[in-house]
Amino acid sequence: MGTLNSLWLLTRKSVTGALFGITISDRYLTVSPVRGNSMHPTFASSSTNFPGYLKGDLVLIERFCLHDFKFSHGDVVIFQSPSNHKQIYVKRLIALPGEWIRVSSDMVKIPDGHCWVEGDNSSSSLDSRSFGPIPLGLIRGRVTHIIWPPQRLGKVERKSMPGRIYQD
Amino acid sequence: MAAGRFSSFFSRAASVPWSSIAGEAFDRVVLVAKTVCFVHVINNYVCSIALVRGPSMLPNINMTGDIVAVERFSPRWNLIDVGDVVLLRSPENPMKTVTKRVLGLEGDTVTFLVDPSNGFASKTVLVPKGHVWVQGDNIYESRDSRQFGPVPYGLIHGRAFCRVWPPESFGSIGQKM
Repeated sequence: MGTLNSLWLLTRKSVTGALFGITISDRYLTVSPVRGNSMHPTFASSSTNFPGYLKGDLVLIERFCLHDFKFSHGDVVIFQSPSNHKQIYVKRLIALPGEWIRVSSDMVKIPDGHCWVEGDNSSSSLDSRSFGPIPLGLIRGRVTHIIWPPQRLGKVERKSMPGRIYQD
Repeated sequence: MAAGRFSSFFSRAASVPWSSIAGEAFDRVVLVAKTVCFVHVINNYVCSIALVRGPSMLPNINMTGDIVAVERFSPRWNLIDVGDVVLLRSPENPMKTVTKRVLGLEGDTVTFLVDPSNGFASKTVLVPKGHVWVQGDNIYESRDSRQFGPVPYGLIHGRAFCRVWPPESFGSIGQKM
């Protein structure tokens, strides 16, 4: 009887802890490993097999920006891929709604409610240059800090791209 | 005299059971936090309710506002199907949630009237991978995929499956008429 009781208590405490963790992670702050090279050198990626995960960067993601969707140029954001909602990409936000962006020799107008994202490593990045501007509603958070490994600990800075964006 | 008043004040203050008051306050705060977390998880992963307004889903949803029950797990598990009424974040304004019916999934071909009040010209579109085609039931008064194109699946918030208010129209929201 005693072990059943303590098992029940343990279950209750872990369910409470899980609910608390899910709420904090969905509404305020969460951490995630970075995979892929598209944001090199800002983030160092990990490889796809198991021990490799431990070598990649771990970043802190804030969800407060989702309350009003007000982003700035150069923010690093995470978003659901427009071709596969289960995949989350991390890229830098280059242009906001209503602006014109220069892409090779074309000018693309960003429609209302959309934004243009690009990876820092242009040569190996699947981003708005392939799938076009993405709706702001797909954004799932903003990356603010790298929290692992300790030698790369620090704030993720905004990088502006003068000369590529034109306001109306 | 002043010292006597101070010491009686302190001795009365010491007799107040601070630690048990603090303990009770902490328990209450923990209970509130647990309730908030529970409500958050239910609202975001199981079921939620929403007020739906506007003429775009007439006659199935009233213009002045019906309250519908929205289930939140269908989009996460790819269970959205043609004919479902879904709530989605508008691609034109991420702060706005709109309610429309899904008429095409990825890979489907959708044919629609370009201007329903003005002739019969129609257009056919192939819905790209990872997107859905949504239209309001009231095609004359609805801003939907015919204007803003197919929407990425990730914008779908939940599936409206039942009207809960007003009580006279309680019941499930039907498939396309």
